[in-house]
Amino acid sequence: MNSYLIRNVSILGAAPTDLLIRDGVVVETGTGLSASDATVIDADGLVALPGLVDLHTHLREPGREDAETVETGSRAAALGGYTAVCAMANTSPVADTAGVVEQVWRLGREAGLVDVQPIGAVTVGLAGERLAELGAMAESAARVRIFSDDGHCVADPRLMRRALEYVKAFDGIIAQHAEEPRLTEGAQMHEGEVSTRLGLTGWPAVAEEAIIARDVLLAEHVGSRLHICHVSTAGSVEVLRHAKARGVRVTAEVTPHHLLLTDTRAETYDPVFKVNPPLRTATDIAALRAALVDGVIDIIATDHAPHAVEDKECEWAYARPGMLGLETALSIALDVLGPQWDLIAERMSRTPARIAGLTEHGHDPAPGAPATLTLVDPAARRVIEPAELASRSRNTPYARMTLPGRIVATFLRGEATVLDGKALK
Amino acid sequence: MIRHLLSGADLDADTATQILDTAAEMAAVAGREVKKLPALRGRTVVNLFYEDSTRTRISFEAAAKRLSADVINFSAKGSSVAKGESLKDTALTLQAMGADAVVVRHPASGAPHRLADWVDGSVVNAGDGTHEHPTQALLDAYTMRSRLGRLAGLSVAVVGDVLHSRVARSNVLLLSTLGAKVTLVGPPTLIPVDIAAALAPGTDVCYDLDAVLPSSDVVMMLRVQRERMNDSYFPSAREYARRYGLDGPRMGRLPEHAIVMHPGPMNRGMEITPEVADSPRSTIVEQVANGVSVRMAVLYLLLGGNNR
Repeated sequence: MNSYLIRNVSILGAAPTDLLIRDGVVVETGTGLSASDATVIDADGLVALPGLVDLHTHLREPGREDAETVETGSRAAALGGYTAVCAMANTSPVADTAGVVEQVWRLGREAGLVDVQPIGAVTVGLAGERLAELGAMAESAARVRIFSDDGHCVADPRLMRRALEYVKAFDGIIAQHAEEPRLTEGAQMHEGEVSTRLGLTGWPAVAEEAIIARDVLLAEHVGSRLHICHVSTAGSVEVLRHAKARGVRVTAEVTPHHLLLTDTRAETYDPVFKVNPPLRTATDIAALRAALVDGVIDIIATDHAPHAVEDKECEWAYARPGMLGLETALSIALDVLGPQWDLIAERMSRTPARIAGLTEHGHDPAPGAPATLTLVDPAARRVIEPAELASRSRNTPYARMTLPGRIVATFLRGEATVLDGKALK
Repeated sequence: MIRHLLSGADLDADTATQILDTAAEMAAVAGREVKKLPALRGRTVVNLFYEDSTRTRISFEAAAKRLSADVINFSAKGSSVAKGESLKDTALTLQAMGADAVVVRHPASGAPHRLADWVDGSVVNAGDGTHEHPTQALLDAYTMRSRLGRLAGLSVAVVGDVLHSRVARSNVLLLSTLGAKVTLVGPPTLIPVDIAAALAPGTDVCYDLDAVLPSSDVVMMLRVQRERMNDSYFPSAREYARRYGLDGPRMGRLPEHAIVMHPGPMNRGMEITPEVADSPRSTIVEQVANGVSVRMAVLYLLLGGNNR
């Protein structure tokens, strides 16, 4: 294995130090270190963070390899500072059997850029009718712990209750896409002034909040773990705050785009801004940011959702919802939170690793810890060019925006996956 | 002059007034024996219709032909569009054929905006989804102005399914720009709560038609699809007609000079009774004639009556 001596790096914003990586672990930190066999990396001005962990990634393989593959998505992840991603189940075929989750897991190992942890579907075919073989997926080589029908809500309350109960046997967690389906039939964007003006069918905030309210009560009733995907409204934050105060075992994520972009982006009718849940209002953004800081929202997750050009270069109503996120998430976090490195590490690495049960991830760089980390240049500013992204798709909502921060290097168990801002494989 | 006409919001008061004044000149042509001007000779206007709308299409077709433009009717049915061609590919095809203007009717809100990104010519929104129909608003304004002599200060009640109406959105925007006072009337299920904030802050909302009629100079009835009752927007067609339909007795509550408008096609017996539709107050047939004049004015001005 390679050894790396990272010189003058600021670990989570602390005073610069050297950091020696050998045999997959951080062996030493301190000033003036030397190691003749190690590759030296000048990290002057760079900040070291534990490798980022994304709890919500769409890798599209199997089924839509024209939009993304496990390999291209892994590369995008590594370039974004990630060392682990959780791959959502809405592939084709759906990841609702041990066979499919093992395939995704194996493809991730072969790509070797990040740890790819498959998420299993809650229901067969995401149809919301009967439970998938959750236990078989849990016992498979992929060791699935998170189950989600993401893209679809587990709307049937009885089925949701059973799913929450069933996964307790193997410390599983249900990640809910909270969207009351009857209230969102034909929905195209956030219901409000802008949707009224644009004549696009509204996706009301209450459709999210009602499901979250129901599910925190169900989770409390059966004593199970619940995770809420992509929280997008101020009202949802209040429901979660209430539930957490009662001691409900609920965690929640927010996406970078819901922290930055408002529904006014739809005014161009460019579907690159179409996403589910939809972009909301400035009031929602303020509430989400505050909740991210105070911990009512536990983590940032990207909901990285690659789509082929033809699925976005069309009429708004016909476009598929979703946007890229892996290569820009840290920049958005920096933009939103500023250089609060400990908070960023908490929301983007330690806590998501803990929720997902990824014990090798989420450890601050320190002697004895796995050398699974990323180096950020916080002073850099970059203009996002869709054509330069490593993802196979181009549907970034940040095209031509200038964002702070750049990932310089990423290490997974001591092996560099990214150096000088370039993926090594 | 603006390049595209996608929304009532594209028109400021001066531009809208210029279109209405030009339409009046165009209307004079319709009275001549030879109803044709050479203004757009050699220019190509494409009517790109993704929805069946014979009345709007022939109105634009007549307008373009009276200006001597070459007109291509591109119906989505039975064409490459029906075979799954994307809007962008269709746009590039029209571009390659040298379309100077594309008049587009589309079931998806915002489709004309997308089209405008992909073609060099002018795009005229002839109705997009539940968004807008700006030339309908222009012809409505033209009709009000010719019947009542002014727009500023008029009280206009727009009655019915505002939520799904592109006619209502364009009318609220344009009429507000031109100084009229709009009151939206209908059941609360069919009037978005934030419509005034979304479109024009001076707009009023009222759920009681009878309360609005005595002070209205114009009542514009919107088409209401009977199927909306299946989505629980209202209990039944009968109850809708009873609460929000315009019949003879209700018409009697209007001021003497008030007019009744409808963009067509009408559901007689639903939002309007035949007695009202066929009364002298009704401008429904006039609106159709005015539509041609207004669309002539729009095409003439967009295609460089005065800017090329």
